[in-house]
Amino acid sequence: MTGWLLQTEHLTKRFGGVTAADDINLELPRGEFHAVIGPNGAGKSTLIGLLAGEIAAEAGAIRFDGNDMTRLRADRRSRLGLARSFQITSLFAEFSALDNVALAVQAHAGHSFRFWKDARRDRTLREPARAALAGVGLEARADTRVDRLSHGEQRQLEIAIAIATGPRLLLLDEPMAGLGPEESARMQDMLRRLKSGMTILLVEHDMETVFALADRVTVLVYGRVIASGEPAAIRADPAVREAYLGEQEARGHG
Amino acid sequence: MKAALAFLHKQAPGFLFEPNTGLIAAVLALLALVPLYAAVAGDPFALTLFTRIVIMALAAVSLNLIMGYGGMVSFGHAAYLGIGGYAVGILWKEGLGSGFLQWPVAIGASALFALVVGALSLRTRGVYFIMITLAFAQMVYYVAQGLDRYGGDDGLTIGNRSTFHGLVNLNDNTLFYYLCLVLLLASVYLVSRLVNSRFGLAIQGARSNERRMRAVGFPTFRYKLVSFVIAGALCGLAGALLANQTNFISPALMFWTRSGDLMVMVILGGLGSLFGPVIGTVTYLLLEEALSRVTEYSGLIIGPALLLVAIYLRGGIEGVFRKAAP
Repeated sequence: MTGWLLQTEHLTKRFGGVTAADDINLELPRGEFHAVIGPNGAGKSTLIGLLAGEIAAEAGAIRFDGNDMTRLRADRRSRLGLARSFQITSLFAEFSALDNVALAVQAHAGHSFRFWKDARRDRTLREPARAALAGVGLEARADTRVDRLSHGEQRQLEIAIAIATGPRLLLLDEPMAGLGPEESARMQDMLRRLKSGMTILLVEHDMETVFALADRVTVLVYGRVIASGEPAAIRADPAVREAYLGEQEARGHG
Repeated sequence: MKAALAFLHKQAPGFLFEPNTGLIAAVLALLALVPLYAAVAGDPFALTLFTRIVIMALAAVSLNLIMGYGGMVSFGHAAYLGIGGYAVGILWKEGLGSGFLQWPVAIGASALFALVVGALSLRTRGVYFIMITLAFAQMVYYVAQGLDRYGGDDGLTIGNRSTFHGLVNLNDNTLFYYLCLVLLLASVYLVSRLVNSRFGLAIQGARSNERRMRAVGFPTFRYKLVSFVIAGALCGLAGALLANQTNFISPALMFWTRSGDLMVMVILGGLGSLFGPVIGTVTYLLLEEALSRVTEYSGLIIGPALLLVAIYLRGGIEGVFRKAAP
């Protein structure tokens, strides 16, 4: 039994000639807030896909709580306690916000071969779902259809769904994508609250969030880890500055 | 099709509590009064026509479960009509006329066939899924053509309707009609319970966003497969009824155009609405009957009408009344 909740060993994935994940070794201890940054096309979403089980690894291994889960399907990984949010909002559009979260609860409440009772009146599903909605500040929108929620609310709902599965590890794929400054600030507060009591792997473009929240940061470039360490060390790392931060700063001031 | 599927219902509300109670009550009253009209007007053909309508509506309700709620566009649903019908015909030919045997066999054989088709086709999606379900249905069609002992291409005339040992006499056409109507309503009720249960939400979730369903921990395949089997079994019952009504089975029962008709009935009435398939079937078959009396080319009118429904009435007839309701 190791102290790591998540470990990857030599994780590799190629798409045609492009190596999207190149020999990635990651180690997340329990309770860590770990951020992965990198320029566009660095393989951040591929990494999330590999960890969540949507993309099959070509080589290497993924260990979760000491057990090999490299070959497990996405739904099995979810039931082991791994949850994810999507970079491009991925919800059940014609269902209410509460229905969306209740489905996530249902997935973890035994099998769904229950054919007769009205699931929308099942308090063992609805109450935890309401609690998860309240956790992201959406309780007032519980009965609103998802396609009528604002983009910011949909991003919050993404998180609520992930939390409702009761995960031990949360994979967040750019939760700030497309948010305005005010919504970003609210999302950042929410992530800060999540931080206590959960292990989180955050993929994010928004540097301010990353450096404000992360215990450790890993930098990916062309599918390869070029640096990994505490935020201050990453900020000072010349290779990182050249590959990523500098470029962004230059763009920001230009 | 994709857009029509994406549109769908709000949430499937409970049985008889749809906003459209008025429309549904009207259709049910119409169906309930058909035998009375047939007797008073001396028009036995009306009873025959409506028995067929009610049976086809049962088949459409079963297709709606997987297509409307589950998002599985099965283009081979008529196969189950055929399998259910042939179960009745073959058993009769072999001297086994009891409905207590014929009907469970019809349902069971259809369920089994659905299990095989589903296990293979549900691994694919989109056009491939449609093609595989179609291919299986055509396969059964050709097998039936080859069954020389059971009439081959010409079909088989069944000497007796299923017997139920004095419990019900299916030779009484009015009684048979009401039995079909009761089974139709029971199947609508069954679907209403199913789609609102945990199981139903699982298949609707898979229709809405399968990737997300897997990510939150649903093994979606097994739920879709079971819904596919339930739909097949229900349609197998419709096939047994159809064979009893006409006292005849032939491969034409499951020709691919019949599968297309079923899809049209479901879409016309309102995909993913509980009573939509019933309304759609009544409308489609009455329209077809009426036009066939006026012109040989009824397709020239029905075709464009369907096009208009597909373009302008995404929720089908049921959806129009729903929107018109205050």
